[in-house]
Amino acid sequence: MSTTTTRDVTRPAPAKVSKAKPRRGVRGSTFNFWLFTGPFLLGLVIFVYIPIGWSLWLSFFEARYTVTPNTFVGFDNYKQMLTNGDFVGALGTFTVFAIIIVPITWALSLGLALMVHRLRFMKAFFRSVFFLPTACSFVAASLIWKMSIFSGVRFGLANTILGWFGVENIAWLANPSPPWYWLVIVTVRLWLQAGFYMILFLAALQNIPPELYEAAAIDGAKPGWQTFRHITLPQLRATSTAVVLLLLVAAYQAFDEFFNLLAKTTWGRPPLVELYYTALGEDQDYGAGSAGAMILTVLICTVTLLQGKFMGFGRGDETK
Amino acid sequence: MSAMSSNNWDRRSILRATMGLAAAGGLAACGGNTGRSEGGASGKALTQYFHAYGEAGTQEAIKRYAKDFDGANVATQWITGSNFESKLFSALLTGNAPDVFEFHPQLQLIKSGQVAPLDDIINPVKDDFNPADIKSHTVDGKIYGVRMIDDPQFFFYRKSMLEKAGVDVPQTLEELAEAADKLTTDKVKGLFLGNNMVSTNYALVWAAGADQLNASNEIAYHTDEVAAALRLYRKMFTSGHLLLDAPADYWDPSALVQGLTAIQWCGMWAMPVMQKALGDDLGIFPFPAAASGAKPAVYNGGWSMFVNAKGKNVDLAKEYVKWLWIDQKKYQEDWALSYGFHVPPRVSIAESADKLKSGLPAEGVKLFTDYGRFDNINWTQAMITALEEVIADAVRKGVDPQKALDTADKKVNRELKKLFG
Repeated sequence: MSTTTTRDVTRPAPAKVSKAKPRRGVRGSTFNFWLFTGPFLLGLVIFVYIPIGWSLWLSFFEARYTVTPNTFVGFDNYKQMLTNGDFVGALGTFTVFAIIIVPITWALSLGLALMVHRLRFMKAFFRSVFFLPTACSFVAASLIWKMSIFSGVRFGLANTILGWFGVENIAWLANPSPPWYWLVIVTVRLWLQAGFYMILFLAALQNIPPELYEAAAIDGAKPGWQTFRHITLPQLRATSTAVVLLLLVAAYQAFDEFFNLLAKTTWGRPPLVELYYTALGEDQDYGAGSAGAMILTVLICTVTLLQGKFMGFGRGDETK
Repeated sequence: MSAMSSNNWDRRSILRATMGLAAAGGLAACGGNTGRSEGGASGKALTQYFHAYGEAGTQEAIKRYAKDFDGANVATQWITGSNFESKLFSALLTGNAPDVFEFHPQLQLIKSGQVAPLDDIINPVKDDFNPADIKSHTVDGKIYGVRMIDDPQFFFYRKSMLEKAGVDVPQTLEELAEAADKLTTDKVKGLFLGNNMVSTNYALVWAAGADQLNASNEIAYHTDEVAAALRLYRKMFTSGHLLLDAPADYWDPSALVQGLTAIQWCGMWAMPVMQKALGDDLGIFPFPAAASGAKPAVYNGGWSMFVNAKGKNVDLAKEYVKWLWIDQKKYQEDWALSYGFHVPPRVSIAESADKLKSGLPAEGVKLFTDYGRFDNINWTQAMITALEEVIADAVRKGVDPQKALDTADKKVNRELKKLFG
């Protein structure tokens, strides 16, 4: 658009910089390559690839209370994880969680961004206020939600408000039917993350050229819904896709609030929590836990590949 | 235009910086602070793990005892939070494993060679220990831990509230359910069994005339009586007479002291705080019988000291355990009686414990001896979890008890097969 053209014009012509420095030969750039990527690669190998390999090895062993086992059990751990129901149930829990949290956070952060964007004064103040919860830890927030807002006693905040309308005390977390625990889990995550995605949307909103709105107004588009639907939303498509992806990743990584809010349950355990209880928690079954992690890895790879196929991620600009 | 684009640039760079900071913050959080202090001048250092006791002064007391030990510089890790087991178990796999730790007797720790036998330090004073405490720590003739304290768990109740509602002390589980019903008012719930209700699971099984495992280490909890008791528990759970999602869990006296409930499942450790707050308005009774012909039940929990057999200095660790938990009787007495109330496992200390000789503490000790049952060392963590899941499924989720017990059977049998073949 206009901005880009201006920039292109002012940009200095691509000079032959490389030839101006003859001392930098191939060896120098190889050295620099390793200098810059080396530490990262080393970290990657030590903290990612070795653990993955170790985990793969553990998954074929009876490894309880040890990470250096010697009883080979073949695919028993995989069979155990896939047949005992808990792990498969955890995948279901994650799906439910993602279906609830992703669209709600998307809509709420977009809504907040639109409101803050329209503000004529105190914009910076509201932007900060909505962004601040992002700085709070999930554990701390979970404890506040559990002990003061959604505590089951009559003086818990939620129960106090319901009490004004004559509603009986509700055990938000103890009783899974009706599943009120989802309300607690979803609201805490919403509070914590909506502000961050709001900032992303806000940045995107400020990037929409005002000419588009002027043109739309001249063409007779009504301000409000029509403009939003046909100008704002399409212009936000790239950001929206990125936000949805980030939200999915965040939902998949959800652990703290489930771990802190729900204790001694057989429900509400997404895969990471389930694997924690299997491998690192009280059971200390590293074999079964690793098998679960491997199954999860295969699933994630499959989903990522499919996603790339359908949404065109990873394709270069040329193919577009 | 140019002003606007530079503005955009600013925002982007700020955003990028923010995200970079967030990523860096995530990495920084991984940094390790093991809380271990380095060894003293002699280089001899030990680390001990304790779960966080709720009573005031306990942490200071443990550190005070440790400081008095001349043989080594003992660092104490006071593990807060509800998942002491997880933290202990994962720490035991690492190079930063504690040399001594408190825990309950569990067979898998012994089978995997994690804890050292302590016969040589216990045998000279074996007769001075409560025989049940020796038995619950013995595998194949070897004793694997030194009991520090016995903690009987039973029901505490507000006498005035029961009187006002015209309720007698419940003698059966059904009477307990009725009492909870009658005691529930707008302000007060009738009964508090803990937030996730798993802390009464042994007592429930025992009071239904069953046991976790029988003498030949087969499942003994899966009976019709236990299923019936679970069904009654489910009824109580859905009745609205139970205190649920309380700010503090069953092990904390707050629920009873603050008047949130009329009856609460708790341990003897909380008795001093309750007595101080409620005076004479406090009574106790065991978990009532849940099947005809069955006895009431009291769960004698407690904590023991274990020595990490894979630690760097096993002999020194044993020396420390012997010094503190065998020799230093004044500290053992202080630990059992000065903060919360615990029944001393040493007969000689129990005999001289005047604080437990009269009034309500004496009643507690009577429940401990009359109805108390101890941990079964063959009942390991995976089985504990399986039985806790029965409570979650059958009581909180509403799954048919028989079906929930079947699910547990599979897990427990898998574990039993691994342990006993």
